[in-house]
Amino acid sequence: MSTASAHAERHSPLAHHFRDMAQQFDAAKLGIWIFLCTEILMFGGLFVAYIIFHGLYPAMFAEGARWCDWRMGAANTTVLIISSFFMASGVHYTQTNERVKAIRCMAITIVLGFVFLVIKYFEWRHKFELGLLPPHFFHYQGAHHKNLALFFALYFCMTGLHGIHVVAGMCLITWVMIRSIKGEFNSEYYTAVETVGLFWHLVDIVWIYLFPLLYLVG
Amino acid sequence: MAHTKAAAEAHGHGEHGGHIIVPMSSYVKVLIALLILTALTVAVARPVSGFDAGIFNTLIAFLIATVKASLVLAIFMGLKYDKKLNLAIFLTGVFFLLVLLLFCVLDIYTRVHVQSTL
Repeated sequence: MSTASAHAERHSPLAHHFRDMAQQFDAAKLGIWIFLCTEILMFGGLFVAYIIFHGLYPAMFAEGARWCDWRMGAANTTVLIISSFFMASGVHYTQTNERVKAIRCMAITIVLGFVFLVIKYFEWRHKFELGLLPPHFFHYQGAHHKNLALFFALYFCMTGLHGIHVVAGMCLITWVMIRSIKGEFNSEYYTAVETVGLFWHLVDIVWIYLFPLLYLVG
Repeated sequence: MAHTKAAAEAHGHGEHGGHIIVPMSSYVKVLIALLILTALTVAVARPVSGFDAGIFNTLIAFLIATVKASLVLAIFMGLKYDKKLNLAIFLTGVFFLLVLLLFCVLDIYTRVHVQSTL
């Protein structure tokens, strides 16, 4: 970004190629929804793999799910749902010009994202210690089902890709929080808060599906 | 109900280029509903409670997750109040995911020998 355009942006959040703020906002929303579509299709490939293998080896998924502690999964589901609530509230308070409340909500969202990752870390460490890993790395001796490593291939791909999204979401929320602290958003202009919020809610939706499919089957 | 309130509130805040402000009460209701549904999905899981609906176990879990996802999409993500174009884009993504699933399932399950060992 050139100094001139950065300077212009500080005066008005409206980019010169848009007719007005409403058109700019709608264009940003359109763009983020198309991006969320690509996200759905990326996770979707893994979900399709899950459904097909679950149909072929239901006993293997039941055995794999026994290694996933549903209490930790349920805790993480609750954490992410509450974080989504606070993100939505952050957008709401930005829209109503209640800046301090908005910043507080975003901070809580980031903390909850961190709590999610800490719980995830303990789950992953447990599986690493036991050797419950994808094929090639799998070295747990007591597996009943001969393809158990396949469950953990799906488990680590799905929770890993989701985990990367949680980290990315936390970075993005930190970014909009810093911009909020600088006072760059108000009821007229809050596009970045809204679109980052949409991304965070999608991450929540993916986990809403992952939790029952990985922890509660069998 | 929430729709009229949100619309009224948005109108009350003047013309923000058609921005809709969803009232906090809607968010709180959705939060409570999501937490209850999470408890429900745990309660009907066989490994947790012993509840067994046979082959419908996974389907029930999937349906509850879809209700939860719909609530997040409609209220938290605002699709209920948003331009219908964004809903159309989202549904297009879901449609192509279903196409992917359909043809993969048709392919795999019409083969004679699909079971194998790693």
